[in-house]
Amino acid sequence: MADKVEFELVSPEKLLASQPVDMVVVPGTEGDFGVLAGHAPLISTVRPGVIDVYEGDRVVDRVFVAGGFAEVTETRCTVLAEQAVPVAEIDRAKAEQELKDLGEDLDDAKTDAEKAEVEAKLAVARAKLDAIGAGSTAH
Amino acid sequence: MPNLKDLKLRIDSVKSTQKITSAMKMVAASKLRRAQEQAEAARPFAERMGRMLSSLAVNVQGGGEGPKLMTGTGSDQVQLLVVISSDRGLCGAFNGSIVRETRRQIQRLQAEGKTVKLLTVGRKARDQLRRDYASLIVESYEDVGRRKLSFADADRIAKRVLEMYEAGDYDVCSVIYNQFKSAISQVVTLQQIVPFAVPETAAAVEGAAVEAKPVYEFEPDEEQILAELLPRNLAIQVYRALLESAASEQGARMTAMDNATRNAGDMINKLTITYNRTRQAYITKELIEIISGAEAI
Repeated sequence: MADKVEFELVSPEKLLASQPVDMVVVPGTEGDFGVLAGHAPLISTVRPGVIDVYEGDRVVDRVFVAGGFAEVTETRCTVLAEQAVPVAEIDRAKAEQELKDLGEDLDDAKTDAEKAEVEAKLAVARAKLDAIGAGSTAH
Repeated sequence: MPNLKDLKLRIDSVKSTQKITSAMKMVAASKLRRAQEQAEAARPFAERMGRMLSSLAVNVQGGGEGPKLMTGTGSDQVQLLVVISSDRGLCGAFNGSIVRETRRQIQRLQAEGKTVKLLTVGRKARDQLRRDYASLIVESYEDVGRRKLSFADADRIAKRVLEMYEAGDYDVCSVIYNQFKSAISQVVTLQQIVPFAVPETAAAVEGAAVEAKPVYEFEPDEEQILAELLPRNLAIQVYRALLESAASEQGARMTAMDNATRNAGDMINKLTITYNRTRQAYITKELIEIISGAEAI
């Protein structure tokens, strides 16, 4: 396992991470996939979830992303995220509040388009809460 | 002869104006630095997005029908112009040049018999364009990025642009904004964002690179990724234009305020000279009166 992949996490507002790592696990729309050096070139959409960064056998970094795209080549893994927060920085109370507010919004939504939009946000909020849940059991 | 007191008042007022303009200049300078940093921070995302899009485009082009955002509606009859200006004035020719270019474009398009629609960002463009083209403005945004420009602002505008496209309200959309060259030079730029054109040169360069590279796998398929990627790309383009415009605004304001401060300084010098001369003239006049009075006795 001497080979490393160049992992890049970019949001529209800044470059969040750019470092060589042993493995990253990305939550793709059609299932999580792990990227090691020498992975077949791939472009995938990303669902709201957590990106795990592995160094050796340990998870060294966990970042929550609210959807986006991933581009994988043999030596590189680039994730374009719309929103990215390190899991450690997620505020549980805030996330729960957000979920509750969105639940109310869903009741208020009238048109299908509005509903779809709120539902998309809800999925993000739920994934965010899941991320903390998973985080606390892992440690 | 000018009144001494009036001159004194005048000098004081110019001095306080100078203080204001020099403070504004400094504020603009620090905001400019921040805006520039933000614009630079946004660059990697746009670059990688562009790279991904071109490799996708290469793959999809063989497949015939692409999404509508890329192939267009097949017509260019209705043109939507997104005009990006600032909310506040006192920034030199910044808003003036944007509005001038917009007018020119409107006239050109109308002369070609096309329908023009306007979407304005920033109070200044709306106010100035409303005079002649009130009926063309479909939507106006104000207070965009008042504190700090966020991607959410750009996303909101992009969503609206997209909605209108899907509703078939226009065929081609372009943004007009000030591109940031340097603190003293901003270039008015017209950029087409819908339908999305793969940059020719980039596509050619990428094309050469892609041939060497193995073909990508797609998850889910190309079309679906493209369908999601293109609206994102639109938001990114809008975001970039907004950032450029924000940096340009501060640059323009800094230059304008620098000039204003210098002009105020010149004016103070001139007024002070007049003031001193006038005072001297008064003294001489009084002396002459006293002397001639003494001689008469």
